[in-house]
Amino acid sequence: MSIVIFTAVNLLPGDFATQILGQGATDEAVASIRKDLGLDQPAVARYFGWLAGTLQGDLGISFAQMNFQSNLGGTQLTTVADQIAPRFANTMFLAGVTATIAVPFAISLGILTALFRNTAFDRAMNIGTLSSISSPEFFLAYILILFLAVLNPVFPSLSNIFSDMSFSDRLNKTMLPALTLTLVVTAHMMRMTRAAIINLMASPYIEMARLKGLSPMRVIVKHALPNALAPIINVIALNLAYLITGVVVVEVVFVYPGIGQLFVDSVKIRDLPVVQACCLIFAAAYILLNLLADVLSIISNPRLRHPK
Amino acid sequence: MTNFTRRGLMKTGAAAGVLAATGARAAGHGPKKGGTLRLGLAGANTSDSWDGRTHSDSFMIMAAHGCVFDCLTEIGADGQLKGELAESWEASADAVTWTFKLRQGVKFHSGKDFGADDVIASLQMHTSEDSKSAAKPIIEAITEMKKVSDHEVTFTLKAGNADFPFLLSDYHILMFPAGEIEAAIASGNGTGLYKVESFDPGVRFVGSRFADHYKGDEAGHFDSVEFIAINDSSARMNALMTGQVDAVNRVDFKTEALMKANPNVEIFEVTGNQHFTFPMLTGLSPFDDMKVRQALKHAVNRQEMVDKILLGHGAVANDHPIGPANQYYAGDLAQNDFDPDKAKALLKEAGLDSLSVDLSAANAAFPGAVDAAQLYQASAKNAGIDINVVQEPDDGYWSNVWLKKPWCACYWSGRATEDWMFSSAYEAGVPWNDTGWENARFQELLLTARAELDSSKRKEMYTEMQMLMSSEGGTVVPMYANYVDAHSTKLANSGTIGNVFQMDSSRLAERWWFA
Repeated sequence: MSIVIFTAVNLLPGDFATQILGQGATDEAVASIRKDLGLDQPAVARYFGWLAGTLQGDLGISFAQMNFQSNLGGTQLTTVADQIAPRFANTMFLAGVTATIAVPFAISLGILTALFRNTAFDRAMNIGTLSSISSPEFFLAYILILFLAVLNPVFPSLSNIFSDMSFSDRLNKTMLPALTLTLVVTAHMMRMTRAAIINLMASPYIEMARLKGLSPMRVIVKHALPNALAPIINVIALNLAYLITGVVVVEVVFVYPGIGQLFVDSVKIRDLPVVQACCLIFAAAYILLNLLADVLSIISNPRLRHPK
Repeated sequence: MTNFTRRGLMKTGAAAGVLAATGARAAGHGPKKGGTLRLGLAGANTSDSWDGRTHSDSFMIMAAHGCVFDCLTEIGADGQLKGELAESWEASADAVTWTFKLRQGVKFHSGKDFGADDVIASLQMHTSEDSKSAAKPIIEAITEMKKVSDHEVTFTLKAGNADFPFLLSDYHILMFPAGEIEAAIASGNGTGLYKVESFDPGVRFVGSRFADHYKGDEAGHFDSVEFIAINDSSARMNALMTGQVDAVNRVDFKTEALMKANPNVEIFEVTGNQHFTFPMLTGLSPFDDMKVRQALKHAVNRQEMVDKILLGHGAVANDHPIGPANQYYAGDLAQNDFDPDKAKALLKEAGLDSLSVDLSAANAAFPGAVDAAQLYQASAKNAGIDINVVQEPDDGYWSNVWLKKPWCACYWSGRATEDWMFSSAYEAGVPWNDTGWENARFQELLLTARAELDSSKRKEMYTEMQMLMSSEGGTVVPMYANYVDAHSTKLANSGTIGNVFQMDSSRLAERWWFA
């Protein structure tokens, strides 16, 4: 995994020195920056240096900071970890707000569409969520900005949150990106819930429950849902991981200072330590959340909990 | 524009006071104090810092040069040079020795007094070993800096340079406190109108008005300023339209019509020195033939490019890099116009029936560069010139294409003085010389004009240089691009907007106020 990240990042054309100097890149200045940053070392040596550091929990120092320091002489430097930490916290906040809205919303919609399947309500919901997942995120973002910020100024279109902001201000500013992401992730979770429940509706024990005279709502929530939990949890985990790793476009559109924007800025200037650290975090988020999903689906299934 | 003689201005600098007093004011009432100015700005990076040597993009130029720090001299909104931290200056007759008298009673935000030592230390920053400062060539031209008293410094230059005080207004050459430069860069400790409250690179800068500032009531009318980094252009336009910021830079032409329709938003634009070019390496065939270069200059429809690439936000240029914001801009030169027949005739004189050349372009060169190259291709077809547009990748454009490919697209933000512009890119042997054009007369004039203090003689020389470049030079300059910014109608200004850089020469926070 780390090799893939390192190779991919290093394949980007140009490097930090040429990007930061832009039009002003003279050979002399480029060489001087490369020397300061260790970019003149062969790639293999740089890879193992980075890997050794990362394994010890040291993500290194960003090129921007190192370049800054070489101009100055020794000052206290912010490490990549320092740089990423507040951004990561912001991204987690956005993911948290989105999950709080999206997960209950998607599951209830899934249950309702399963209950009223093949009715006009079901069709309308399916069309709505499927078209929102099929539209590019920036398009959804602009639609929401148009309706909720420009035409009816309910929420601000700029989500520039910062550290000493009150929680309610922060929530207010985070609303539009959270709603955009909700629209993106809802369809997947809702469709899975609906499909899993409908799948179970044909089983004999559901028929039994119905024959007992239980109300359809009770049949679904009490009898079908617990058995459908495993696939639903998997889909939720996948979407939560997406909320952390896939927010790049949304963060840029709403100027939300999260890890996605840091990632884009760093790719632009070829700040390899930051880009690599972000990639690692994204990869780790996927792996950990999938692991969590597997654990939870085992817990939710008595047959797996007590194997014969 | 008022026409002060530059000679008098430069030799004594005493006129600085007079000039400051002539600044036009909105009739009837003076600027109102107070409020928080919120700007949504493109051009921010996570690598931003308060180190003036590294500044190249609009966010930091506006925050450092425009708010937190000062330079020795300043170019006023009216284009005239005036003193900022320097009060007055005097040159020897050969323009080699310059004596600067510094303003008294100026304080850094930390409380330290500003004096001659700070000037010398701040300038030396740029020439330290392996310094990457873009202002290095300017400071390297100083052979000796001498402190005469606490408020007087003498500079001796390698060779006479009449523009020296002008050069010191450059946004890289900020004044830091001597002995604590590292700390000042880390925290942003300058002498400017606003002091740093918080700064998050690539995200946000908040400053509050520095109460002890020597400009007093003359400038810096806001209580505080908040700069928000919004690199995405739609997000930036939205922020202004929904009233979350008071002004934005770099208006997106695609949504310009919507902004014009909004009664609370006003677009302001100025034509400065920013220009787009197509430089040819004149050492290579066929560009080594002057007639071929001239044919290409007559094969481009400049007005069409201004209309279609800049959507009218620009002006036709004349194949030299001196713009309307320069002192000796020769606007009355014969224009190289679109004339396919003349281009054909010129080709024939060069002994060619037809011409086929590659033109390398990428949008990294300037927005719309690829489209501009295609327009060039279409217009040149009328003159029997076949231009093959080679689309290059944006990444690495400046290192792999510019200065390497025989003919490519490029941009220049322009320079405050003629000499600076010419010696950045057209003096023989300089690293950014993107044409390699050799013309003995041009090089001779460049050196003579540099040391000449007589304004009328300089005007003659610079006019001749512009003429030489326009007719014989190796670069096609089709257009000047305006600085197009927008502000909310809640803001007011003096009516004169600087054209050295975007956002009132990056000094919007200093010069504007809430109406």
